[in-house]
Amino acid sequence: MQSIIDALGLAFALVFSADADLLEIVLLSLRVSLTAAAVACVIGLPIGALVAIGRFRGRNAVLIVMNALMGLPPVVVGLLVYLHLSRSGPLGFLGLLYTPTAMIIAQTILIAPIVAALSRQVLEDLHAEYAEQFRSLCLTRIQTVRALIWDARYSLLTVGLAGFGRAVAEVGAVIIVGGNIDHMTRVMTTAIALETSRGDLALALALGIILLVISLGVNAAVQSVRMTAARQAYV
Amino acid sequence: MPRPTLGPAVAAALLFAGSAMAQDQSIIIQSTTSTANSGLYDYLLPIFQDQTGIKVNVVAVGTGQAIRNAENCDGDVLLVHAKPSEEAFVAAGFGTERTDLMYNDFVIVGPAEDPADVDGMDDVQGALMEIAVNSALFASRGDDSGTHKKEMALWADSGVDPTAASGEWYRETGSGMGATLNAGIGMGAYVMTDRATWISFANKQDYAIKVQGDADMFNQYGVIPVNPEKCPSVNIAAARTFADWLLSGAGQEAIGAYKVADQQLFFPNAPDN
Repeated sequence: MQSIIDALGLAFALVFSADADLLEIVLLSLRVSLTAAAVACVIGLPIGALVAIGRFRGRNAVLIVMNALMGLPPVVVGLLVYLHLSRSGPLGFLGLLYTPTAMIIAQTILIAPIVAALSRQVLEDLHAEYAEQFRSLCLTRIQTVRALIWDARYSLLTVGLAGFGRAVAEVGAVIIVGGNIDHMTRVMTTAIALETSRGDLALALALGIILLVISLGVNAAVQSVRMTAARQAYV
Repeated sequence: MPRPTLGPAVAAALLFAGSAMAQDQSIIIQSTTSTANSGLYDYLLPIFQDQTGIKVNVVAVGTGQAIRNAENCDGDVLLVHAKPSEEAFVAAGFGTERTDLMYNDFVIVGPAEDPADVDGMDDVQGALMEIAVNSALFASRGDDSGTHKKEMALWADSGVDPTAASGEWYRETGSGMGATLNAGIGMGAYVMTDRATWISFANKQDYAIKVQGDADMFNQYGVIPVNPEKCPSVNIAAARTFADWLLSGAGQEAIGAYKVADQQLFFPNAPDN
């Protein structure tokens, strides 16, 4: 119990000291995970949309695989990306291992299935409502997908947030492909793992509290965008 | 073996690096965790960077994983503590040469109640036997790290096969030193750790060193530049500069000067010194 109280105090002290190292770690966390979430949306949304409106052979199998991939273990993704980006791996010549780019790649692979599977569900439900209308307007598949994504944009924001939340909270993948290198690839979760292994549990917990607050901040920001937009829509 | 001194090595680094110098002047060391977790690198690397301009990035993992990563060419220098594996690494052509760098020792830490009654023993095999006979909990790394290899060798010497009791009194955590200490302390188990990690470990609770001082608990660290013939991506000039600096008078002095809680953590013992 004492260490939780210590951690709270330490978290406040850390935040108010505006420690340069901490700021660097926080910014890298945000940069990596927000980029991964954005890329995952670019990849995952169209896939989700196409599966949502498509009627094709093997669709059920695709659905099952997509949903199952939401449970990809981060450490497995980390290993796969490591094996590809390692100097002895097929993409080793790119020299990307132990860089933020490698971390973005790993997190994108981790969360793209989440974005695809969740957006598929959202868009399919919406499509069920609009299917008749779309048919009467003779929309092409691309036009349908565009209309659906635009109409469901606020629900899809939540889908993106789910992806971001998963990315910013995971440690298994980034610690393998990033290497937790100080001032280079150290993010919040790997810093927490490091302090835990140093036995500095209060500092580890304090970093955890800060991570939680950052996650809250990102969610609040998105929520306020959503509410502002919704208000304007009714003016 | 004649070792180039600092000056020519730096000159060579500048020559080889050529136009891509800015990005080439950083290297990656694949390292064991104890040197990183104890803060040694935080102390050493800024001194080295000041003198040479070379930025050293540390990937701290268990010795076993560090060696595998280096075999995949994902590092320029290997700094670990498992001599037989290091020699095999060099023999297989992955390293240019291995040199003794520094040492400390392993200790066995345990809870205040000391269920196997080993406090003060300096015969490590005897202490392990006591732990086994009493079925006292023992948390092992179980991760093929340098510490784990050493621990297994000591069990073999004591004639006990602890893995037969795996999951009973013998608990293999499969994680790093710090995580294993946290786990061991959480369940009241004995843990074998290197002294540097223990001194700088912050979550000791009622744990203290119970067994120490046996010559068999000696813990030697070695440094190996990764061989550019196997791994063309290696920045061998900078890697050599770093290894040579560690082994030089200046590097050895810096290692010896590093202290936590007024205790020296690593004892330099490079040859020619």
